[in-house]
Amino acid sequence: MDNALGEPQTILLLGGTSDIGLAIVRELLSPAARTVVLACRDLEKGEAAAAGLRHASLTVDVVAFDADDTASHEAVVADVAARHGDIDLAIVAFALLGDGAITSTDTTAAAAIAHTNFTANVTATIAVANRMKAQGHGGIVLLSSVAGERVRKQNPVYGGTKAGIDGFAQGLGDGLADAGVHMMVVRPGFVQSAMTAGLKAAPFSTTPEHVASVVAKGLRSKRRTVWAPGILRFVFMALRHTPGPLWRRLPLG
Amino acid sequence: MNRRPLTGWGRTNATVADVLEVPNHEVAAAVKEAGPRGALVRGLGRSYGDAAQNAGGLVLRLLGSAHQAVLDAEAGTVTVPAGVNLDELLRVIVPRGWFVPVTPGTRFVTIGGAIASDIHGKNHHVEGSFGNHLVSISMLLADGSTVVVGPDAQAELFWATVGGMGLTGVILDATIRLLPIETSRMSVDTTRIPDLDTLFAEMSEGDDDFRYSVAWIDLVAKGSSLGRSVLTRGDHARLDQLGPKEAVSPFAYGPHQLVSVPPLVPPMGVLNHATVAAFNEVWFRKAPRHREGELQGIGAFFHPLDLVGSWNRLYGAKGMVQYQFVVPFGAEDTMRTVIERLSASGAASFLAVLKRFGEGNQAPLSFPAPGWTLALDVPGASRGLGDLLHGLDRLVLDAGGRHYFAKDAHTTAAAIRRGYPRLDEWKAVRDAVDPHGVWQSDLSRRLGLTD
Repeated sequence: MDNALGEPQTILLLGGTSDIGLAIVRELLSPAARTVVLACRDLEKGEAAAAGLRHASLTVDVVAFDADDTASHEAVVADVAARHGDIDLAIVAFALLGDGAITSTDTTAAAAIAHTNFTANVTATIAVANRMKAQGHGGIVLLSSVAGERVRKQNPVYGGTKAGIDGFAQGLGDGLADAGVHMMVVRPGFVQSAMTAGLKAAPFSTTPEHVASVVAKGLRSKRRTVWAPGILRFVFMALRHTPGPLWRRLPLG
Repeated sequence: MNRRPLTGWGRTNATVADVLEVPNHEVAAAVKEAGPRGALVRGLGRSYGDAAQNAGGLVLRLLGSAHQAVLDAEAGTVTVPAGVNLDELLRVIVPRGWFVPVTPGTRFVTIGGAIASDIHGKNHHVEGSFGNHLVSISMLLADGSTVVVGPDAQAELFWATVGGMGLTGVILDATIRLLPIETSRMSVDTTRIPDLDTLFAEMSEGDDDFRYSVAWIDLVAKGSSLGRSVLTRGDHARLDQLGPKEAVSPFAYGPHQLVSVPPLVPPMGVLNHATVAAFNEVWFRKAPRHREGELQGIGAFFHPLDLVGSWNRLYGAKGMVQYQFVVPFGAEDTMRTVIERLSASGAASFLAVLKRFGEGNQAPLSFPAPGWTLALDVPGASRGLGDLLHGLDRLVLDAGGRHYFAKDAHTTAAAIRRGYPRLDEWKAVRDAVDPHGVWQSDLSRRLGLTD
């Protein structure tokens, strides 16, 4: 159970080695936290991350989670709940960036990104939401991206999947509200992390830690959408209304 | 059946449950339908945190009327359905010359809730908590059977139910020993106290001369005024203390609400450091330096907050967190440090209540223990509130103190385990009467009471 300060006891991170996901977990740890479950494919990397979180009164469990195996999602969530009880907060933080130049021409590469970023995000979120509806409480933080707010020609597959998952999460979240489940969509800008290593930072770039603090604040006030940094909300308000002929000529990386 | 969100009086942390109103004779059938998330009884929802919530499960509200109360004037007892609240009961018994043995700061608690939380009041230092005044409880167990328990009948189960937060079974009816009164008025002494040391000294020396005693502390005051307070003590007025006008109807009793806070309060609430500081200042100046024998009504003396309906809405959308703990005698320095930290934090806190407890009872999870208890509320949205409260928890536990389940909304299973060393003893009794875990609550899950 969350306490009245919004401090979760049990946190499930889907994408257990995600830099942003782990930063959010660290930000949300409090004396009330009892269990963190890192669900990831690379168990060795997961164990390394777990070692960084563990302390005397915090159990950190690393579980195998193959995001692309969508048929396994319900079983993974059921297993976590069976061993650790109610899931107070789930963070859906797995996605692939892909090389835009390749994914926008190679159908196999595009399908792989679309499957992980959209289909697998959808099924994992639904699996968690079903569990939380039965619990009568819970929170889901889903990592979207500003890239979905207006999709750039440089990486349309990534941007397109984020646009899709963002819309999906909002719609699902509206339906969950009466069931006691809170959905929050996070739209970070360019985050300096493993996903973007080697890329040139975009304007208003930020860090996993900053995204995490925005998430924590948003959860406290039960926001439905948060942007990191906050100014991107206004930047993209403008970009969304930029005429197409101008938009496609903008030097956006 | 009606699936809907529930919160405690603090209006934080809503969870969704199936809510069902049932008369006592239908409780057993309703509980049979409970799913894996179990069942819990909710009274009037006046516990501040999540004690009366059961996310994803069944929440029962017991229908009952004070007209079903059976008053035995010879024995000085009343037998009353658990769903009846103190407000309803007082309206029946006060005109007949009786008073409840213990009342908290609100009349709007049910008998079942009063037992489950083993509530205390201003008379704890002489008369103990609610459980001390019970003759018997009739309760429904998880296996569907009904038993009557009391201090002399299945005493273990009785004491596990007193303060047991509804996790041992459904309290259906209770027989309570009442206090005979000569009038419905209170004779009250009020004293302004300049600082904390004076308050400790005054309460330690003088409390035992009064049946009722409590101090309201201004938590905004700092420095040499730290702990400035107004101490009110009193007893039920005797007939010969009434003036000729009051003596015409010595048992007149008809408490009412002055106003009710509408549902539409600005989301940030109207209680902040500035408004609270101003209120506290006026309240302190308004109190007499010292006044003896003032006649007050029962409502004004015991239940001043009940004059404002739904006052919890004043805290806005993010609600409030109530913090109540006890530390043993000798830990006055800890109490001082806690008050200093609260005062320095700037977390707007309305008046806090300080009370000197007497002996505790046998119930393993009963909160009161000999020492000092402080209760206060802070807006749920205060920045840094988590760090502040978890820090205070450590001070309280290190001093040998503990937290009150009926108020708690933030503390941890580890803190409860330290504060209630007899927790395992209670769990053993509970597990014996509820091996399959039918009775569950958000509080029990959060604090690991039923793990």
